[in-house]
Amino acid sequence: MITLTDVHKAFGSNKVLRGVNLTIPTGESMVVIGGSGTGKSVLLKCILGLIKPDSGVITVDGQDVTKVDRDAFLARFGMLFQGGALFDSLPVWQNVAFRLLRGSLKRPKDEARAIAIEKLRRVGLKPDVADLYPAELSGGMQKRVGLARAIAAEPEIIFFDEPTTGLDPIMSGVINELIREIVVEMGATAMTITHDMSSVRAIADKVAMLHDGVIQWTGPVADMDASGDPYLDQFIHGRAEGPIEAVR
Amino acid sequence: MSLLAPIAAIGRNTMGILAALGRISIFLFQTLGHMVRPPFYIKEFGHSLMTIGYFSLPVVGLTAFFTGGALALQIYAGGARFSAEAVVPQIVAIGMVRELGPVLVGLMIAARVTSSIAAEIATMRVTEQIDALVTLSTHPMKYLTVPRVLAAFITVPLLVGIGDIIGIFGGFLVATGKLEFNAATYLNNTVDFLEAADIASSLIKGAVFGFIAALMGCYYGMNSGRGAQGVGKATKSSVEAAAVLILAANFLLTSVLFSS
Repeated sequence: MITLTDVHKAFGSNKVLRGVNLTIPTGESMVVIGGSGTGKSVLLKCILGLIKPDSGVITVDGQDVTKVDRDAFLARFGMLFQGGALFDSLPVWQNVAFRLLRGSLKRPKDEARAIAIEKLRRVGLKPDVADLYPAELSGGMQKRVGLARAIAAEPEIIFFDEPTTGLDPIMSGVINELIREIVVEMGATAMTITHDMSSVRAIADKVAMLHDGVIQWTGPVADMDASGDPYLDQFIHGRAEGPIEAVR
Repeated sequence: MSLLAPIAAIGRNTMGILAALGRISIFLFQTLGHMVRPPFYIKEFGHSLMTIGYFSLPVVGLTAFFTGGALALQIYAGGARFSAEAVVPQIVAIGMVRELGPVLVGLMIAARVTSSIAAEIATMRVTEQIDALVTLSTHPMKYLTVPRVLAAFITVPLLVGIGDIIGIFGGFLVATGKLEFNAATYLNNTVDFLEAADIASSLIKGAVFGFIAALMGCYYGMNSGRGAQGVGKATKSSVEAAAVLILAANFLLTSVLFSS
């Protein structure tokens, strides 16, 4: 279970997180929604320790993330980055098997390659993609490779940062379905940040809306449409008028 | 108020420079710390040896060759003013080995390697590849900085040594082909005049310059701003810093190594 208690983070005078409280139960898929620049990525990076919060406590299974062994902690996570964040200098299979080629999870090279090809197959890519370089792939294929990398080491917790950004609606649907299938299949705890409502409906068990640095609303995805929360209503219906100020 | 403005500007700039030096010093000590603590990424180190060392050979060789040739012509023309044309082999040798070899190779490495390291790492920063490394339990300084800095520290002195030889050879070709020096006499004068300390100083300078060049590339790459502008600024700043620090280090090393 991931728990955030009164998490604050500011960059200079810009207070991005102003006391975030959120719980993600084990095995559930939580989607955090919110407008651009509301601090969704910052929230996710705080949990991973990529950004240090100014105050507040973040725990994973009761352990404070700032006081755990970093390698063991990060070995439990997989992450799909917004732009894929694939390593340009490495072929696809070495990107996917990155964690399996070094460190505590190191496997023999042949075994790591076989696992990489299996994970590529799982995300719908053929084995001949394995020896290509990321620059030779389309945006959708890069997302799939990023997804294969995120699940390569069978993590307990998977984060998805804007998984459908930059993809056409059909490819977005494919990626959403893949994410849902994989999360259910692996029984992983998932946290996705997005402002794509089709992703929310396809991936989420629960939804949390981040606005003005706090969680404005949280609840099951089924309750989202009838929440009665004016912020959430404005956001999910994409209305310009409402409590969220839209800059024109 | 306006009278104090220039003083305030000097103060701000001084503070800025000191803060930058402090950040670079911290980065330096972090790099040194990671150099002695596992894990070590041997494959990345080998790759850096090739890109920094082997692939820099053509540009270093050509630079040294033309510099050696031009040096021979200059010394011959200048020496003729006071009947000292005969010292061409000695001055080419000492000029290349003590000063021009290490400095020019250092500056060429700053242009070729520092810029490339800074641009590559800055792009990785901008495209979240550095964050991805962290989430994959890989320390970016161990994976990116240590192999590059260590490879430059080892290969640049070798490049300087090769550059010295090629530069002297360039001077030799010009002197024997154009200035009618006797080949055997030229070589004898070169070998007799050079001392082990000259060669040692050249290699020491090369090691220090290589370290500086790679460190600056890594530092500015790791601390890059966002977007294409951030990558461009990181690249430009890394080359400027490396070039200035190499020239400053050259002065300091020359003062220390040849103080007697």
